[in-house]
This record gives sequence, C-alpha cells and structure tokens, in this order.
Amino acid sequence: MKLRRGFWLLALLAIVGTARASVLPEDRADVLYHLYTGGGVDIDGPSVLVRKKVGNSVSLVGNYYVDMVSSASIDVITTASPYTEERKQWSLGMDYLRGNTTMRVGFTSSEESDYDASTYNFSVSQDMFGDLTTLTLSYALGDDLVRKADDPTFEKDLDKQIYGVGLTQILTKNLIATVNFETATDEGYLNNPYRSVRYVNASDPLGRGYSFEGELYPNTRTSNAVGVRARYFLPYRAAIEGEYRYFIDTWDLEGHTASLTYVHPWRDFTFTGKFRYHDQTGAHFYSDLFPRAQATNFRGRDKELSPLTSYTFKLKASYAFLNEDQSWGFLKKGSITASVDMLSIDYHDFSDLTANAVIGEEPLYLLDANVFQLFFSFWY
Amino acid sequence: MEKNCLTIARILLPLLVFGGLLGCSNIEPWVKPYERDKLADPIMALDSDPVSTSYLQHVFESREGARGGEGAAGGGCGCN
Repeated sequence: MKLRRGFWLLALLAIVGTARASVLPEDRADVLYHLYTGGGVDIDGPSVLVRKKVGNSVSLVGNYYVDMVSSASIDVITTASPYTEERKQWSLGMDYLRGNTTMRVGFTSSEESDYDASTYNFSVSQDMFGDLTTLTLSYALGDDLVRKADDPTFEKDLDKQIYGVGLTQILTKNLIATVNFETATDEGYLNNPYRSVRYVNASDPLGRGYSFEGELYPNTRTSNAVGVRARYFLPYRAAIEGEYRYFIDTWDLEGHTASLTYVHPWRDFTFTGKFRYHDQTGAHFYSDLFPRAQATNFRGRDKELSPLTSYTFKLKASYAFLNEDQSWGFLKKGSITASVDMLSIDYHDFSDLTANAVIGEEPLYLLDANVFQLFFSFWY
Repeated sequence: MEKNCLTIARILLPLLVFGGLLGCSNIEPWVKPYERDKLADPIMALDSDPVSTSYLQHVFESREGARGGEGAAGGGCGCN
C-alpha cells in the first residue's frame, strides 16, 4: 500500500513538471446507430456523445449508450433458451488543462437486468519537447455486481483495476507513433453464471454421450497488454497505419493482434479500409470436453477463452456535408459516416454441438458476424 | 496484488523519472511547429471518431479473450 502511494506521488511529480501551451479536445457531438448481427445474435442501439468546453481550461464530455440484445447464440441454444436483454450505459467526464498538462476524471455506469458495472477513471497527460511527445498515465477502478436472472438470491462482486501508461511521439513531419502499456487485475466472481462445461458421460439419459455442469473460474485474473501504433502521411494525401498488440495473462492466454489501415480522402469524402488479425491461445482451464464431471479444480468452456483466430475486414465512408466556410449558425462542421466490419472467427477447440455428430467428431464452430455503424458528427 | 504492483513500479518508475527529467531540459524539437501541417490533417488523427472506436473495442473484448493496450472500452458484460 505504501509503495503504491509513493509510486503515484512520484508519478504526479514527474508529470506535472513544465508548462507550455496545449489544447483541449474539440467541441463536438456524435449520434451513432450500431448493429451487430451474426451467430444467432442481434445487438443494436444508439450511442450519443457530446463534448463542450467551459471556459479556456475545462472540457466536459457525456455519453449515453444502449445495447438491445436478442440472443440465440451457440452457447444459448445448446444449454439454455433464447432471450432478449437491454444494457444501458452512461458516462460523464471532465478534462482540465493547465499549461501542458491535461488531467481527466470520468465515471461510467452500466446497467442490465443481471449485471451492474461502475467504473471510475483518472488520467494525466503531459506534452513535452515542443509538443512532440505526450506521456499519459491512467488508472481505472471498476466495481461490478453479477446477478442471475432465475435466482434473486444470487449476487457476487467483481473488482477491477487498470493501470496504464502511454507515449505518443511525433517522429518526423509525416510520421506519428504511440505505445500503450496496460495492466489489469480482476478480483471476484469471474464466471458467467449461465455457462456450462461439457464432460463425457456414457450414461447420459439423452444418449449424446456427454452432459453439462456449471463453469468454475479462478477468482483472480491479471493481464498485461502492450500496443504499438504508427500512422504515416503518404506523398499524395492519404494515410497508412499499422498496429500491433501483444497480450498475456495469468490464465495462460496469450494473444497477438495486428492491423493495417488505409485512409484516402477524395473531395468531401474520406474512405477507410482496414484489415485486423487476432490470434490467441486458450486459457489453462478451458476444455471443449472434460473427461468426467468435476475433472479439474477450475473449468470453463467459454468460446472466447478457446484458442481462436479472428479476421476483420472494415470498409468506412465519411461525407463532410458542412465545412467551416458554409457553417449553419453555431455549427461549424458536420459529417455523416457509414461503416461495416466483417468479422470471422475460427475456433480451434470449440465444437459445434448443433451438428448432432458423434461425440468427439463434431465440427469446429465458425462465427461470421457483421457490425454496421451509421453516425452523424457535428463540430461547434 | 503486492507482487503485481512491484512489477508495474519496476517498469514505470524509470520511465517516469526519465520523462520528468527530460521534460525539464531544453531539447530542441526536431519537427518545428510550422512543419506539422501534414500531421494536423484530419486523416492523420489517431482517433478521429471516439464514439465509434469505443463501441468497436467493446465488440472485440466481448468476442476475444484479450483486452487493453488500446485505451478504455465500455463496461458491462455483453458476453453471450
């Protein structure tokens, strides 16, 4: 505890050093509609974000976000019944600028019928070397409550902490890069209370050769992630960006994520294409089929913890219908953006039980999903 | 938990002290303010649409086992 206090004091002393001119984020509002569809799941809803400066040194931001879920996913149809659900999330934040230092505080609340999450976050950024370098330190504290729809007595806590450090660096007249490191610790109930694992049971009354029992996860998880990103301005006014992230955690899950983005403006349009690749190993307590009931201390069959490879191809087009030289009243700029992300996930150890194949010979599950977004943005 | 804090401190403290000391020194910026017109172009913004970025981060964190290293995502579960 003493070490932690000393660490933060030193961090603040190191960051709140020199003072030079820096800027607050632009005043803007975004109204977004999102739709995720695939694998028997449809999730859609709005997200509204408004940011406004107050005076010269404070900027306030608010966001309201809704997920309306209709789920008949592979997990749901093999062990439970399809359901509908709604999640509402709102957040408030404030940026305070003093010289070249920006401090941010924020609070996010998320509510659904069986899961409540509250997150408090704080960060401090310092611009250095004639604004070529920005160093950011961040901390977030999450306080979640997990419940179960069919059991009103079920209530479990989950505490989360995230420590982050980031460095953004202008490298040349055409190149900017950023490095982010994050450590996250979770402590509490990490299971999904509805999910089950599968085990071999020769005397299964349904004649499938297997049965299901509840998952049992460890109560702690610590993960480390480091991400590197660089964006380069091409000679003919277009941009290219490369990104890589390495992830590892105490559940033995190790992941590599890489992406390549190309941005091409044309008149009042901006077109973006992106390819993203993710590959991960499975958690040490994950198994598609356990040899018997209660075979191990911890057990899970959550397909997100299975070894998997995912591919995402993105297309995005944005049209600026309002520029600064033709502003409408207090509105300076406006744009409309549409995008689609085509997601495909190959699970390397998660069987598709809907195929009704002989035990041990089921085909592996493959998820294809599309994510659509349509949003208006205004600057004022 | 204590071990975790120690690991973080070991990584971050030298970086912070180094950054703090350099922040007080007079390093000449090698890209002058008048040479940053291309970097100021909207197509060079690292996060031009924050509302869209945080939504997609939430989608990927719900569908994959990895998290972090890219900034904060939304709360809640959204697991099934």
